[in-house]
Amino acid sequence: MIDLKNVSKVYWMGHEAVHALDHASLHIDPGEFVSIIGPSGSGKSTLMNIIGCLDTADEGEYLLDGTPIEDYSENELARIRNRKIGFVFQSFNLIAKLTAQENVELPLIYQGVKRQERRERVEEALDRVHLMKRANHLPTELSGGQQQRVAIARAIATAPSLILGDEPTGNLDSKTTQEIMDIFHELHRQGNTIVLITHDPEVARQASRVIHIRDGHLTEVEP
Amino acid sequence: MMQSMKMAMKSIAGNKLRAFLTMLGIIIGVMALVILVSLVNGATGQVTDTISDLGSNLLTVSISDDKGQPLSLKEAEAFSEEAAIGQTAPYQSASVTGKFDSTNATVEVYGTTAAYSDIQQLSLLLGRFLKRSDVENSTFVCVLSESAATDIIGYTDCLGQQISLDGTKFTVVGVLEEDEDSLTAVFGSGSYVAYIPYTTLIRLSGELSSDVTKFYVSADTGSTMDQAEAAITEKLLERLEEDDDAFTVSSQDVLEGAMSSVTSILQILLGGIAGISLVVGGIGIMNIMLVTVTERTREIGIRKAIGASRAVILEQFLLEAVVLCMLGCGIGIFLSWGILRLVTAVVSGIGLSFSLQANVVWISVGFCFLIGVVFGLYPANKAAKMAPIDALHYGG
Repeated sequence: MIDLKNVSKVYWMGHEAVHALDHASLHIDPGEFVSIIGPSGSGKSTLMNIIGCLDTADEGEYLLDGTPIEDYSENELARIRNRKIGFVFQSFNLIAKLTAQENVELPLIYQGVKRQERRERVEEALDRVHLMKRANHLPTELSGGQQQRVAIARAIATAPSLILGDEPTGNLDSKTTQEIMDIFHELHRQGNTIVLITHDPEVARQASRVIHIRDGHLTEVEP
Repeated sequence: MMQSMKMAMKSIAGNKLRAFLTMLGIIIGVMALVILVSLVNGATGQVTDTISDLGSNLLTVSISDDKGQPLSLKEAEAFSEEAAIGQTAPYQSASVTGKFDSTNATVEVYGTTAAYSDIQQLSLLLGRFLKRSDVENSTFVCVLSESAATDIIGYTDCLGQQISLDGTKFTVVGVLEEDEDSLTAVFGSGSYVAYIPYTTLIRLSGELSSDVTKFYVSADTGSTMDQAEAAITEKLLERLEEDDDAFTVSSQDVLEGAMSSVTSILQILLGGIAGISLVVGGIGIMNIMLVTVTERTREIGIRKAIGASRAVILEQFLLEAVVLCMLGCGIGIFLSWGILRLVTAVVSGIGLSFSLQANVVWISVGFCFLIGVVFGLYPANKAAKMAPIDALHYGG
């Protein structure tokens, strides 16, 4: 599913090299629910960008679904993001001018899915996050938890190989956090592969597998 | 495509005031282009109509060098025997003082032949025009224009009255109907006109010779003006030692041609100036699109994260610029139509009419589209080239 081998990423701050990822290796099987936990500045975001195909590694090898992701053009990366990855961000990242339904529809439009099928898949996705009633609301008319559920619906509408959460509960209170986590559990039970990146141990603990990241190094945490 | 169109409309509708202000440049540019060109077109249409009403059915021949063998009246009239040539009417003119009782006025006197009336398509109000016998016998008869009759003699029904032209008494045998579209009405409006036999004018005037130097020619029925022009040119070349500088044959077509070339230059000039204001409007569009792209950096990041390719983002912003331009264009054309209607209503009293010119409408539509593409391309490309991570984390 996900196979990172000796992946490195170096940023230059002036003349000083910062190893955001230092020969990191990681293997995730299909259907796993993995959380990656680490403090800020540990290379979490870089890892997330590389797994999410928003960025490519400087060194090492990354296989997603057996496809090596390297030296791809921006357009090819966009295609992979569109079809294989469903993002759920900390700040929801919904488009403010579009209704919940239209937000969920957007990745399907980019896939070129026909109108009728699009509608069905949007309905199904919104139904899975229990938000059918709010389909025609704008993000500003929804609570934080509801917005995050729309974002999850958008992520699952394309039936991606991987659902990638970047601190998806970071902006939510504990009650809503649990609601969102329940949805992730449900998705996991339905067979989705989920990777959550977080700095909240409470959230991380709920995954079936927890990986620590510190100074660009990954370490498996034994349960 | 339909989806992108919807998105573009939505984003424009999301900020109506800004969209309107952005479009204002295009609206004004389009209005300037459409209204100016339509006004020029309307006005010149009127003028060329008048010119062609003067009769594109006659040729004016003038001889400048007779090679020592002056053309006689008989010779000039003999040209009408030629194929393609209808009639010929030699003429001379002089300004004289017309007098009746105690009324004095300057009268333009034309000495000509009977054919003149047919060639110039004059219509009589009363009496008759000059006859062949009048010319042969140099009789002292005259045909007056309606204004000359009413103003000098005092009433229109003045057949048989004697009017004095430079001291010689002439009997009025006919009064012409005032024709607003005639040559004399356009180029000599307000002046009084009297027609007398050619020979009489030559005899009275010491300065004019009996040589024919100017005459009108009409085409034979069934022949075109071009054929008549070719025929008379051939005859004159033959007569004047093959010297084509010795005479000129001109038709109203030449006048019309000159007129239309002047007006097309005017149209291009005004259109060009208006086009510049359209370009300025386009720069306004580019300016706002650049602001929009910066404002929506985060949105671009989100779209890219969920799988929008460069081409999709480019299309979205380019379409937005083009839609803005085309909306502005549509509003501009609509307002121009309104203003032209208004102008037409105001000036309808003087018989001018202005309408939206289809060609300039299409030109401005095409030009606006082009401006939308050209000035939308840079901002759209800027949006398309954003790196997804940077865009996603822009401003938080």
